[in-house]
Amino acid sequence: MMPNRILICGGTGCISSHSRPVMDRLEKELQQANLDQEYQIIFTGCQGFCEQGPIIIVEKDSTFYCRVDPDQVPAIVQDHLKAGRPVEELLYTNPDTGITARTRDEVVFFQKQKRLVLHNCGLIDPENIDEYIARGGYKALEKALAADPLQIIEMIKKSGLRGRGGGGFPAGIKWETARNAAGKHKYVVCNADEGDPGAFMDRSIMEGDPHAVLEGMLIAGFAIGAQEGYIYIRAEYPLAVRRLLAAIRQAEEKGFIGDKILGSGFGFRIRVKQGAGAFVCGEETALIESIQGNRGMPRPRPPFPAIKGVWDMPTNVNNVETLANIPVILGMGAGEYAKIGTQQSKGTKIFALTGKINNTGLAEVPMGITLREIIYDIGGGIKDGKKFKAVQIGGPSGGCIPAEHLDVAIDYDSLISLGAMMGSGGLVVMDEETCMVDVARFFLTFTRTESCGKCTPCREGTKRLLEILERIVEGKGEKRDLETLERLGRNIIDSSLCGLGQSAPNPILSTLRYFRSEYELHIEQKVCPAGVCKALKHYRVIPEKCKACGLCKQECPVGAITGEKKAPHVIDPAKCAKCGECVKKCPFEAIVHG
Amino acid sequence: MAGLATAFGSGAMTNSINQLLQTNVILLVGANTTEAHPVTGYRIKQAVKDGSRLIVVDPRKIELVRYADLWLRIRPGTNVALLNGLAHVIMRDDLWDKQFVAERSEGFEEWRQGLEQYTPEYVANICGIKPELIEEAAHLYAQAEKATTVYAMGITQHTSGTNNVFAIANLAMVTGQVGREGAGVAPLRGQNNVQGSCDMGALPNYYPSYRFVDDSAARQDLEKAWGVSPEAGAPGQPNGQGPAGLPVEPGLTVTEMMKAADRGEIKAMYIMGENPVLSDPDANHVIEALKKLDFLVVQDIFLTETAELADVVLPAASFAEKEGTFTNTERRIQRVRKALEPPGEAKPDWLILVELANHLGRPWHYPRGPEEIMEEIARVTPLYGGISYARLEETGIQWPCPTPDHPGTPWLHAEKFTRGKGRFHRVEHLPPAEEPDREYPLLLTTGRMLYHFHTGTMSRRSKRLEAIHDHELAMLNPDDASHYGICDGDTVQVESRRGKVKTKVQVTDHVPPGVLFMTFHFKETATNLLTNAAVDPICKIPELKACAVRVSKV
Amino acid sequence: MERITVTINGNQYQALKGSTILKAAEANNIHIPTMCYEEGLSIPGCCRMCVVEVKGARKLLAACTTPVTEGMEIQTESDRVVEARKDILRLYLASHDLRCLTCERNGDCRLQDYCYRYKVEDTPYRGEQKKYPVDISNPFFFRDYSKCIMCGKCVRVCAEINGAYVYDFMEKGFDSKVTSAFDDPNQETACTFCGMCVQVCPVAALVEKSVMWAGRPWEMQKVKTTCPYCGVGCQLKLKVKDGRIIGVAKDKSGSNLGHLCVKGQFGWEYVHSPDRLTRPLLRKNGKLEPVSWEDAYNHIARRLSSIRDQYGGQALAGLSSAKCTNEENYLFQKFMRTLIHTNNVDHCARL
Repeated sequence: MMPNRILICGGTGCISSHSRPVMDRLEKELQQANLDQEYQIIFTGCQGFCEQGPIIIVEKDSTFYCRVDPDQVPAIVQDHLKAGRPVEELLYTNPDTGITARTRDEVVFFQKQKRLVLHNCGLIDPENIDEYIARGGYKALEKALAADPLQIIEMIKKSGLRGRGGGGFPAGIKWETARNAAGKHKYVVCNADEGDPGAFMDRSIMEGDPHAVLEGMLIAGFAIGAQEGYIYIRAEYPLAVRRLLAAIRQAEEKGFIGDKILGSGFGFRIRVKQGAGAFVCGEETALIESIQGNRGMPRPRPPFPAIKGVWDMPTNVNNVETLANIPVILGMGAGEYAKIGTQQSKGTKIFALTGKINNTGLAEVPMGITLREIIYDIGGGIKDGKKFKAVQIGGPSGGCIPAEHLDVAIDYDSLISLGAMMGSGGLVVMDEETCMVDVARFFLTFTRTESCGKCTPCREGTKRLLEILERIVEGKGEKRDLETLERLGRNIIDSSLCGLGQSAPNPILSTLRYFRSEYELHIEQKVCPAGVCKALKHYRVIPEKCKACGLCKQECPVGAITGEKKAPHVIDPAKCAKCGECVKKCPFEAIVHG
Repeated sequence: MAGLATAFGSGAMTNSINQLLQTNVILLVGANTTEAHPVTGYRIKQAVKDGSRLIVVDPRKIELVRYADLWLRIRPGTNVALLNGLAHVIMRDDLWDKQFVAERSEGFEEWRQGLEQYTPEYVANICGIKPELIEEAAHLYAQAEKATTVYAMGITQHTSGTNNVFAIANLAMVTGQVGREGAGVAPLRGQNNVQGSCDMGALPNYYPSYRFVDDSAARQDLEKAWGVSPEAGAPGQPNGQGPAGLPVEPGLTVTEMMKAADRGEIKAMYIMGENPVLSDPDANHVIEALKKLDFLVVQDIFLTETAELADVVLPAASFAEKEGTFTNTERRIQRVRKALEPPGEAKPDWLILVELANHLGRPWHYPRGPEEIMEEIARVTPLYGGISYARLEETGIQWPCPTPDHPGTPWLHAEKFTRGKGRFHRVEHLPPAEEPDREYPLLLTTGRMLYHFHTGTMSRRSKRLEAIHDHELAMLNPDDASHYGICDGDTVQVESRRGKVKTKVQVTDHVPPGVLFMTFHFKETATNLLTNAAVDPICKIPELKACAVRVSKV
Repeated sequence: MERITVTINGNQYQALKGSTILKAAEANNIHIPTMCYEEGLSIPGCCRMCVVEVKGARKLLAACTTPVTEGMEIQTESDRVVEARKDILRLYLASHDLRCLTCERNGDCRLQDYCYRYKVEDTPYRGEQKKYPVDISNPFFFRDYSKCIMCGKCVRVCAEINGAYVYDFMEKGFDSKVTSAFDDPNQETACTFCGMCVQVCPVAALVEKSVMWAGRPWEMQKVKTTCPYCGVGCQLKLKVKDGRIIGVAKDKSGSNLGHLCVKGQFGWEYVHSPDRLTRPLLRKNGKLEPVSWEDAYNHIARRLSSIRDQYGGQALAGLSSAKCTNEENYLFQKFMRTLIHTNNVDHCARL
């Protein structure tokens, strides 16, 4: 009899919330309970619901446990496995409705998702190729090898699949170009240099279902006539690297990678190249330079990599998520796949939900879903009952979208028209306590640091944009600064060499578009309405509320507060260090800032 | 030069420097281009980076070895054996161009018979390399769509120099690697106007345009052009008594002149812009010979070691102080322009010659200067027939350029060789005239380095060059260094049968064991005191690339 | 070569298929500004000065890298283009050492030229400026990276033409800098001091030492000539002021395509050496003493003719020179053959 499986999430998120000790404990408890023959523990990839990790699924009755502590493991073994009574307190309860979900499918976080690419993630052991095969893995490759490469390309074109890495270029056309390009060798490159802060969808795929990526690469290689593939992955993803290498080795052993794959005439090798962490290496031409051992700086396009890529040979570059879509498309058929999504954007997209949102995690949703559904239904709304202010989409060079656009059906094109972009699918939710000028400054700090320095507008321009923003948040902004930001931002977008520069000003331009008044308050009134910008915080005592208790005076480390007995106290703004200690001490809420 | 001239009919580089960028295989023999011809060195590197294959044949680990697909580190003086070995493999493996050989060459069968003994194993033994390297190189060269052989003084400055060049020409002909754009033979000229000096007939056996002095038709043409009437007087007529006919006997080469002077047969010499005391082999002998002269005129821009021996020294103008033309190694005639006045009373060499001729009673008259001289050159030099300063204004022209509307010739021997059919020459390997022995166990080979030039007359007076490098640094292999107890930076005495010098030593595997490398740029270390004046029997080029020496620490 | 039709600034032109917008425009006398483009080097497309507007393209395109296509409609000086170029210039100025008054490239500087062309008088961007110490350690040129505009031409010419790979970019983004490995002085790198980096620098980040305080660029006369060293015959321009050579500028008309080595670039100083001979010398009582030309000529004429008359032409020999011009070599052999009556004429071709 096959043992029952217990799935423990081994994604990086759950590992950092200590899923390993949970697994160790479970192993011990099962042994002690003599259940270790009956149950098999599977350390899976990411389930996506990272907020609630570590997550355990008991497969026989689909019970979904979250936030499991090692000390709660005995309860699972004794009560659930032995006595058949699921441990109620480990089940997920929707904070809005109070309804408790027993299985994963009942959890609202999963209900609105459409898990195509992630269909294996969290449900298989990523380090065991047999589990992948058991769930239909490498069937798509088999199918592809039996077909004509041109048919495969046709199929990908028909599916409407667009690049999931940011640009949204139709994958089929890219493949076709690479196939038609002349070259002694051809390459498939998997762009796994996921660099957007907060984005981890590619990592999760590689950690949770590495063979899906390999299978996608193999099919791409067969379709374009390549013999070799590179996975360019950031060295900061050690677990993903390990699982990919293991997967490659296993696939080689099984004959999915190598010469004469599955008895066909097709041979393909895959190598893993680890990047050194430069954000710009996610740009495909910089990535190619890096593969070649050069400094990661983008090349001008044209020629596009499909014509002249790695070692100047035709190269098809797709990101992890795009490639993981390939077996799905071959599996369900292009026609079926194309039914998902919007007119121009087909299939699903994985978003990484972060920021001031209740359910941080990974969610795969069909194209065309609204932001509201993602944030409120899947994401469970804003933390601590605060008000939604904006959502930043598309990574550091994406844009901020305000509440009024929450109901737009999102796809590549609608996001661009809103001043944001799909990017890799990072989704940072901000609440009312977020200062939008500071947000822009934050992202510009990132892009200015990560600009490679090759082209003038990006190298010099991001620096100047950042300097202006820094002056504004320090209360040294001038009225003409906004005009300068807009003009320079526009020119950087218009004239930069690569996608980094061409999108770096987006956070500024989109916040200026939707939150201009916040900038104006910073500049004209020297006020940060969200109270974030320290230099613009002005502490004052509301005389009517002050009881002259003197606690604030005692607490103030710089002696900025004066006041006689029975007279309202006063804060000297010239001395105030804006530490906020007085606010905390005041029993009467008489001290405010703004 | 004579080698290529005999084989092809022209001794010049067959193609253009920049055609190296179009060639698929470059065979570099005895040429350290990155130091001696740096811009040509750039082109070879560019070609390699662009996918060309490079075969380096050199005892020294020159910079281009790093770019090479194959490095044949042969013993100095074994070029003929190697080149014959390459040809042997090409014939054996049936890689030769039968059509080219049949239609464009002669002497093939005889040459072919001479190759038999040059098996890879036989050659490998002579050259001190692996036989496989010979086979690989032969295949690479013969099978290239376009191949070019580049060589310089490492080929010519041997007693077997002419044979070396014959062997290179043979190889090019048998594979059809000549006469096409990007495929040819490229001898690199050591100095800025060696090509032009030869073209102009500053040679004992040639008039301008390589017309033999014993060719009576040529002589008559020139007598007419130069206003020298054969009837008007006999040789040796006193000054002013009318012209004599042109001399019939070919003259002496530099090395022969020195020997003749030593014997007292040459009584007077007129040396314009050369410094044989430092540049010629066996310098002690040169000095002795020059001292024996009754009369020596030296015309130069500096008081060179040679000028110090002169009876009269004439101050000349430098290249920046005169108009004229130079012809580069790819036969391109280019303008030299006056940018400055000569210092003091110095005068351009052409003007000195004109005025001296006037003092010898000849009414030479070129009021429009070098431009007018070039008009005369064009009239008597068929290769330069179409050259005029007006045409050279924008850019140079490659000869042959016989007529004013001829565009010049980027590559020679396109339809047929200059001499008609290319001529194969059977050549045999001969060891250098002087080989290391017990007494003088090391082989000295000489050459150039990047920062200095020739005898250093110019470069060492350029203080910034001198600031980078100001002394001889002989190169010695670590094996030899440890054998003689010499350390990097030591000063040693280098001694040959002809003289001795002191030099600092760099211990490096740039040279193979048994070989010492020195330049001849530094008068403080006058390397040519050591070298052998033994010459190639045809070209009379001295064997500067091989002589026997010994070293001792001082 | 196949030709196609493109529209530039409203006018139709013929362009070679496969050529870039920049080349197509140049061929039709439309000048697009460039900082990083250099004929003969790879094209990084990094300065972005050459951006143009192409109908149908979302962003501005770099003219140096974008190939022309049939029917392409290009605007090279539209408001949008000019606006972008102005901002690039303003950005350059914001971190450029603007001590133009005494700059050796004043008047011969691309940055100045383009600021003038686009009426950029100043920069609104006030902030951090890149300041680096000037490296004066090598004998030939100084490196002043406070003036560097990061076009990378020195990096490319060194790597792609010389093959020395001395320079590269260090650090990232605004902090990036073109320099040698570890910021080492050139003597400690593979540098061969060919000076090609100096020649391609569009500003004064790399300047030959010999021109320092020697004259303004517009005061220099540039005389095109041929290098006096090896047989390659590189073409170059002597920069001359007040009767003295003060430097060498590149000339692209010869087969060296503007490329030089250390001797061609920096080896001209001997021309002004104090050792130069300035008067004819005649040996009197064993010593060489200055004499007039007339005396020297008379003496030579007398001696040569007497030896010739006494022993015949074969007793005389002449060495011509591979350093002298064709005209001089021609006259020399003519002199020996017609006046001395000997074929004993040779030169150091063999050495």
